[in-house]
Amino acid sequence: MHKAACIIACASVGGRFQAYFSGFSAVSLDHDQVQHIAMLARLRLADDEIAETVAKLSRIVAFVDQLSSAPTADVPAMAHPLDRTQRLRPDRVTEPDDREHVQENAPAVADGLYLVPRVLE
Amino acid sequence: MSLHLQTLTELASGLGSGDFTAVELTRQLLGRIEAHDAGLNAFITVLGERALAAAAAADAARRAGEAGRLAGLPLVHKDIFCMRDVRTTCGSRMLENFVAPYDATVVERLARAGAVVLGKTNMDEFAMGSSNETSWFGPVRNPWDRERSPGGSSGGSAAAVAARLVPAATATDTGGSIRQPAALTGTVGLKPTYGRVSRHGMIAFASSLDQAGVIARSAADAALLLGVMAGFDARDSTCLDHPVPDYVAGLDAPLAGLRVGIVRQHFDAGLDAGCAAAVREALRVLEARGATLTEVDLPNLDYCVPTYYVVAPAEASSNLSRFDGVRFGYRAADPKDLLDLYCRSRGEGFGAEVKRRIMTGTYVLSAGYYDAYYLKAQKVRQLISEDFRRAFATVDVIAGPTAPTPAFRLGDKTDDPVTMYLNDIYTIGANLAGLPALSAPCGLVDGLPVGLHLVGPHFAEESLLSAAHQYQQETDWHRRLPEGYA
Repeated sequence: MHKAACIIACASVGGRFQAYFSGFSAVSLDHDQVQHIAMLARLRLADDEIAETVAKLSRIVAFVDQLSSAPTADVPAMAHPLDRTQRLRPDRVTEPDDREHVQENAPAVADGLYLVPRVLE
Repeated sequence: MSLHLQTLTELASGLGSGDFTAVELTRQLLGRIEAHDAGLNAFITVLGERALAAAAAADAARRAGEAGRLAGLPLVHKDIFCMRDVRTTCGSRMLENFVAPYDATVVERLARAGAVVLGKTNMDEFAMGSSNETSWFGPVRNPWDRERSPGGSSGGSAAAVAARLVPAATATDTGGSIRQPAALTGTVGLKPTYGRVSRHGMIAFASSLDQAGVIARSAADAALLLGVMAGFDARDSTCLDHPVPDYVAGLDAPLAGLRVGIVRQHFDAGLDAGCAAAVREALRVLEARGATLTEVDLPNLDYCVPTYYVVAPAEASSNLSRFDGVRFGYRAADPKDLLDLYCRSRGEGFGAEVKRRIMTGTYVLSAGYYDAYYLKAQKVRQLISEDFRRAFATVDVIAGPTAPTPAFRLGDKTDDPVTMYLNDIYTIGANLAGLPALSAPCGLVDGLPVGLHLVGPHFAEESLLSAAHQYQQETDWHRRLPEGYA
């Protein structure tokens, strides 16, 4: 579905980007796919948000789908803009206990614990 | 000259020679914010008493001969930076009542240097937007025309500086969020090299792209602030341990011999004709001061925006999973179970654009689509970075327009997310490649400001700042005021 041909060679910025959208409607997400993605993302969409979300996400996915035409054979994936690796530090406790102060922002706490709805019946 | 019209550099000199005190200066600017911000909505929080206390402390330090580099100088912070015991919202309902339990490193360093923080500025929700219209606290208005957007996501910082409510502001840039609003408001915006400034305490959007910087009225002021903000921080694992030069001392480097690259595609049909003329005139000024202009090619330029709209949402979907209604932030009423708590807290706490980006990110990272989108985008990102590397083998900076048009009307681009995304077509490449970039005012089109965009190789902030400073010795676009804010 998302792999449908949607790449339009375009020549100039304004016209260029208008052209991305004028020629296709094949790349799109449907209602069920959007609900599935929302569940994966733990987002409840209100009923009146769904149609607009389907339309706009479809547009975004169609737009980024043009990447499929980029010539990337043998190109390594880039994870860091300066090609550095993660710096490590000694595994030592350095922060003081600030729990009470931090928990002032919590919606519900008791005895230093965060409260959530019952998980085990 | 009235204090609110002075740059940080001028104010520092006045404070130093005792022409006025930090308390007097702070009172005057708080009065201006009170008088003008209702029409702009640039502030989410104004810190009146706290600012006056900081100003009094700066005055006392100066009397004791212990004034820091920024003693008494007024600033505002984009509301993405955590400030201890101050509400830090990130423009979201999710964090409407979040009081930060610690200071961001940027906040701490500026405070230690003596800066006086007047407030926290409005922004697109979680920095996701190019018009400031996604803020839970309502859009910011552009002081040059209040029916128009100041750009985004650092629109509150840009509008406050442009309206002379404050001489400078912190801001952040993931795809253009410092430079595009700077261009649209006639201010100077500097996004440093990725890792140049600590991200600790800066609420994360896309961690391989986010960088803190400044919006100011002159390149000299941006240099002054960057010198305080930049440098290694053990609390940000991507912050680079690289020496911090004296950016202010570097401002006098002459333009003679500077090799300026011009990208032909930047001047294609998508660029407003008035903006193109203003940028070309700025290039002529650089050339007249001894810079040489050369054409360079960025063959993968057209892939920048789509690459960004895979990488940034992917990282955002991961970063924003921390907002779960449990430890801090918005919690939905009467959840029936844990899943309902998560889904409704996030569904109600995030606005539409943030939800779209989280869902885009979730989609491109999901099984079956990861290789086609996320992995592919990381490879294209490599191609884009290589284009810049090749270009910087022959030029010192790349110059062009910051944004394709001057400020657009509020509401004009909200129907189609992709039209909004394309505002950042000229700025996103620097984020993908981790490069420093700056926007400086270079003209007016129908009374609206235009920005000149300069991009340099990694750690070339000095060249960008000195080029902009030299340009500002020749021109006065950075001193132009929006009507009604004199």
